[in-house]
Amino acid sequence: MKKNKPISTGAEWTFELVERYDREIGRVAAEFGLDTYPNQIEIITSEQMMDAYASVGMPLNYHHWSYGKQFVETEQRYRRGQMGLAYEIVINSDPCISYLMEENTMTMQALVIAHACYGHNSFFKGNYLFRTWTDASAIIDYLVFAKSYIAKCEERHGVEEVEAILDSCHALMNYGVNRYQRPKPLTAEEEKERLRAREEYNQRHINMLWNTIPRKENADQAEEQPRFPAEPEENILYFIEKNAPLLEPWQREIVRIVRKVSQYFYPQKQTQVMNEGWACFWHYTLLHQLFDEGLVTDGFMMEFLHSHTSVVYQPSFDSPYFSGINPYTLGYHMMQDIKRICESPTAEDRDWFPEWAGSPWQEVLDNAMRNYKDESFIQQFLSPRLIRELKLFSIFDDSDKPTLKVNAIHDEGGYKKIREDLAAQYNLGNREPNIQVYNVDVRGNRSLTLRHFMHNNRPLGDETDEVMKHIHRLWGFDVHLESVTPDNSVIETFHCPARSSLVLE
Amino acid sequence: MSYIIDRRLNGKKKSTVNRQRFLRRYKKQIKRAVEDAIKNRSIQDMDRGSEITIPRKDTSEPFFHHGAGGQQTRIYPGNKEFTTGDEFDRPQGGGGGGGSGQGQASNQGGGEDDFTFTIDQEEFLDFMFEDLELPYLVKKQLKDSTQFELRRAGFTQTGSPDKLNVVRSLRAAHARRIALGGSHKAEVRELRKQLWALESEAPSDENKLQIEALKEQIKTLTQNQKKIPFIDDFDLRFNNTVRVPTPSSKAVMFCLMDVSGSMTQTIKEIAKRFFILLYMFLNRNYKHIEVVFIRHHTHAKEVDEQEFFYSRETGGTIVSSALELAAEVLEERYPNNDWNVYVAQASDGDNWEGDSQRCSELLIKRILPLVQYYAYVEITNGPHQNLWDEYEAIHERFPDQFAMQHIEDVSDIYPVFRKLFERKTEGAA
Repeated sequence: MKKNKPISTGAEWTFELVERYDREIGRVAAEFGLDTYPNQIEIITSEQMMDAYASVGMPLNYHHWSYGKQFVETEQRYRRGQMGLAYEIVINSDPCISYLMEENTMTMQALVIAHACYGHNSFFKGNYLFRTWTDASAIIDYLVFAKSYIAKCEERHGVEEVEAILDSCHALMNYGVNRYQRPKPLTAEEEKERLRAREEYNQRHINMLWNTIPRKENADQAEEQPRFPAEPEENILYFIEKNAPLLEPWQREIVRIVRKVSQYFYPQKQTQVMNEGWACFWHYTLLHQLFDEGLVTDGFMMEFLHSHTSVVYQPSFDSPYFSGINPYTLGYHMMQDIKRICESPTAEDRDWFPEWAGSPWQEVLDNAMRNYKDESFIQQFLSPRLIRELKLFSIFDDSDKPTLKVNAIHDEGGYKKIREDLAAQYNLGNREPNIQVYNVDVRGNRSLTLRHFMHNNRPLGDETDEVMKHIHRLWGFDVHLESVTPDNSVIETFHCPARSSLVLE
Repeated sequence: MSYIIDRRLNGKKKSTVNRQRFLRRYKKQIKRAVEDAIKNRSIQDMDRGSEITIPRKDTSEPFFHHGAGGQQTRIYPGNKEFTTGDEFDRPQGGGGGGGSGQGQASNQGGGEDDFTFTIDQEEFLDFMFEDLELPYLVKKQLKDSTQFELRRAGFTQTGSPDKLNVVRSLRAAHARRIALGGSHKAEVRELRKQLWALESEAPSDENKLQIEALKEQIKTLTQNQKKIPFIDDFDLRFNNTVRVPTPSSKAVMFCLMDVSGSMTQTIKEIAKRFFILLYMFLNRNYKHIEVVFIRHHTHAKEVDEQEFFYSRETGGTIVSSALELAAEVLEERYPNNDWNVYVAQASDGDNWEGDSQRCSELLIKRILPLVQYYAYVEITNGPHQNLWDEYEAIHERFPDQFAMQHIEDVSDIYPVFRKLFERKTEGAA
């Protein structure tokens, strides 16, 4: 059956070979129906890879000391051999930019092309979260805008000033996201045009809000003031950008930039398992297809399988290498499992997945990729068989009790429970404390009150006071944070500036 | 459709700015780490780069996260023996607590490790010698203490009238006149010759006409020639000068080291370290500086750098011999008004009986009047010796000019060095 001549036999790569592999992999990917952005494949050195690491994987970014810290750390660890660099970085942009390291062998380059340029790329283009939250064609332009805007601010207001604002914004980065509202697309030209108008409008709007001239009718009825905002606001940075009384227009713009960048990365955090699983599934499938066509050699496959298996390796919970569930493993196996259930379902599979067991696998997988995020994907597609294979079990940890309890294991009674718990584990809302803007004392001392809506009684960590200082810097007046249990009783409060417990009302 | 781009030749140092910002932000901590590093270095590799370790908590970026407590359910892979309903004690040391917080990996993963990174030699020395200077340098900051001197550098065609060079301008004008008028002159000469020839012949009508025509021609030509200006803007030449930087103040450092028998191996080591530090500091921060090395036991000798640091000669102790030699060199080679003079002396303070008296006389009469700053370090872990007492009296008389410090062991070197040479705010002398 092997009628073709292999594309290459040696380990060295050349540009011609990379191009040929890309063409072949692209052809096979198209035959499987993968829809991708055009690819821009860039070959870089390890030093450039470290640069890319340091700027959260983006080809350019504004300057900030924390990226420098990231860089020296990566550099140190890489030099001491404590860590290898990723073989590739891929950016959700149109065209989709992938970085390939020059140190890779030809096999690794082919693997990376299949993984990033066709796997991740098609995921970026297809998944609903990315389609809703990010605008792949505009992100590079927006970063160019952000970088030059922040550089300009540094010239005008001094590096330290700008750095202080950025520090504070970074502390709140996870709270700069609108979870339920589609953000407006980011384009550089638009941004520039609207920039001035927005600054002006914002300032006027704020002046109105903070107008201190008392209104006649309710000057003495402060008690009856409606809460502002009327509904709790989850996007703290957005709220600050629009309403912080003392920020200068340029500072608001910086808050906005951090918020927009955060929004851009938001889908990646929610689709790690799926995204990696999808990419691993496709590099596996695509390269096997090339092998079947006789385009790659046995040696190539050995090398490829070697790195593939180490990527999808899952150490068990008691291994010293264990550091949580490997999203590559979970994602890859789930994708393979879906294919298996479609192609040769068992009675159990038909029982658990009656709607799609036995359907064409490409359609089912495509649908899964497009319309789910990690949480819902696990909830819908994790099969009992895979739970058994991974030997998953669920531990319940209540800090009030002296012992841990095994809630469920991989048996008939436990599948549903494990699937639910694992899905919940990928719910961002469970991972990050749910903190929202609750009230502003508009007519009084302008203090800002945030509420932490507690989940499972989990308290806030020890950095909370530090973050409060950052919020205080942005807001300019007193900031309070209340931890609230589901039955609406406040059980813990944080204040900035710190307040002695005696004064606590 | 794919594009394949070779980016390897693009800029590599993209993170330089961010890295510098990081270093600037943690200057204080890094400096402390540099100080620690210096203590543990041998003489030879005093000036290499270093690994710097600073506490991780200082560099953390805070964000809201859950603390310990409350109820949590976690899924783990690789079950071996558990069945539903099993209860067991919480594992100590938080082994299983980490779970799947992959979103924000880097910070949490490291745990309580310190933050370690590498700085290169340049940066290391920057941190090491930051805020240090030679005190009371008369013309401030030798580092960028360059004055400018005007030097002649050819001629230009533009300039202010006071720079006009008359000779050059006239020469240029002359050249121009020749260039523009030369061909006319030759022609006129030719015509004159013809005219003269015609006039010498027998006059005739034909002749007359020709003569007339020739005269006419000569006239227009000479008129044209007269139209060429004698001097033009174009001819002007101005003296050109450039500003050449020259060192404005010169400085010399005398290093006096006691190598007598009473100096034990460790004390010598400390003294050498001190001087190496000083030497590195001078070399790095001051472009134009001379260093005079003097080592002494019963008699003093001026030596070169190599000998100063590595020679093993030794003997008894007469400190005044070194001071005397220093004073001689000083008077002979470094006339006071041109030079800023510094002296650094290291000794264990154990001097020949009666010689200390002479030292202070020498200092007060011959040396101190000429020097900007005199730094004495006594290296001993016992009680102070007679030289110290003698010098203390001098220190009281010249508190700014004469500084003395005491070093007990290796770890004191750098702090003492900093104390002696830290940037002083008011200028004296």
